Amino acid sequence: MTYNFQFRDVFAAWEFLLEGLALTLELSLVTMAIGLVIGLAGAAARVYGAPWLKRIVAVYVETIRNTPLIVQLFLIFFGLPSAGLKFDANTAAMIALSINLGAYSIEIIRAGLEAIPRSQIEAGQSLGLSPLQIYRYVIIFPAIKMMFPALSSQFVLLMLATSVVSQISAQDLFHMASIIQSRTFRDFEVYILVAAAYLVLALLFRLAFAGIYQFVFARR
Amino acid sequence: MIRELSFIDVLYLIAAARWTLALTAIAFLGGGIVGLAIALLRVSSLLPLRWLGAIYVHAVQGTPLLAWLFVFFFGLSIFGFTVSPWLAAAAAYSIYAGAFLGEIWRGCLQAIPRTQWEAGASLGLGFTQQLRYVIVPQALRLAIPPTVGFLVQLIKNTSLAAVIGFIELTREGQLTTATTFRPFTVYLIVAAIYFALCFPLTQWSRRLERRLHVAR
Repeated sequence: MTYNFQFRDVFAAWEFLLEGLALTLELSLVTMAIGLVIGLAGAAARVYGAPWLKRIVAVYVETIRNTPLIVQLFLIFFGLPSAGLKFDANTAAMIALSINLGAYSIEIIRAGLEAIPRSQIEAGQSLGLSPLQIYRYVIIFPAIKMMFPALSSQFVLLMLATSVVSQISAQDLFHMASIIQSRTFRDFEVYILVAAAYLVLALLFRLAFAGIYQFVFARR
Repeated sequence: MIRELSFIDVLYLIAAARWTLALTAIAFLGGGIVGLAIALLRVSSLLPLRWLGAIYVHAVQGTPLLAWLFVFFFGLSIFGFTVSPWLAAAAAYSIYAGAFLGEIWRGCLQAIPRTQWEAGASLGLGFTQQLRYVIVPQALRLAIPPTVGFLVQLIKNTSLAAVIGFIELTREGQLTTATTFRPFTVYLIVAAIYFALCFPLTQWSRRLERRLHVAR
């Protein structure tokens, strides 16, 4: 093997990489927030809702979980304009990722809700807590605590999956990598560097989630 | 040239699904071999081996599959290989699936109580014999539902191979869109085909899991 690794040209384009990193982070964080909200509302509807509501949520969850993210993304970005709904790449990416993560969050939080014993809820009632208080302190809090590891690894997987949005030309970290690749022809160097960047990001997210767990749940 | 989307296009899309299945099979085979090695490393009694397994799993699970595909497709050529999309995809998916399957199977191996290993040892069985006659037969029962569940992930993730020009269901969808200019209908059909492949497996995995809980 006589290949010379040359990272110089790649590092010279650091501004591109930083810009891409910013969008990747933004997409991840916004999607996580929206995904969590969808997850909380959807799981409550799935477990305690009316039968028709349960069925709608179940159809949503199964449809999303049994089709690939990239096809969902293409459907929203390339498909919906023909139905009159047109989004720019970043918005389409955010919508697709949120819808996708929402379905997974519902399934995870639902499992947590179903693991709360009936007697806990009755104990809350006998203490005179209002339904909202019961939902908040007796059901949601312990359920999220229980499902936190599953939820946080799903969130990290989502952060990695944001790389797919490069395929609809949203200018995330991965998209910037292909721009640099086409300018410098340093394929291997660019993608190794970007893979390393994602690895660091994943590590940071895991650390942050561990911190959140310590801060919010561990002492109670 | 733009032409009408017709029934024959739907048939082509369905036919392209076999390459999705073929890639899934290759990924499962390659990933299974890697995963088995990783699971064994992770439960081995030597610390450096356990570390090796842990580093592999964290490295792969912390990077996007897309990056692996690109590294293999664009990267390997600099070592003098001519890389076809098939080879790049097979390598990338084996590495990717290996990490996840290895982690699933490690969990199953570790779910078997320590005392079972000790019982094997007290009968005079060596490490491999304990593994083969005592642990694996019990762990296998636990492993089937999550493995089937991962198979669904794998089928869905083969769609990413489209970006390196691997012709499978999603790529065929892109090509059909380019000639008919009916993205909404085409991708809806593509999604429906994926759903038809994945949903029965999801249900099967769920049923297996329920049966396992009843048995315990």
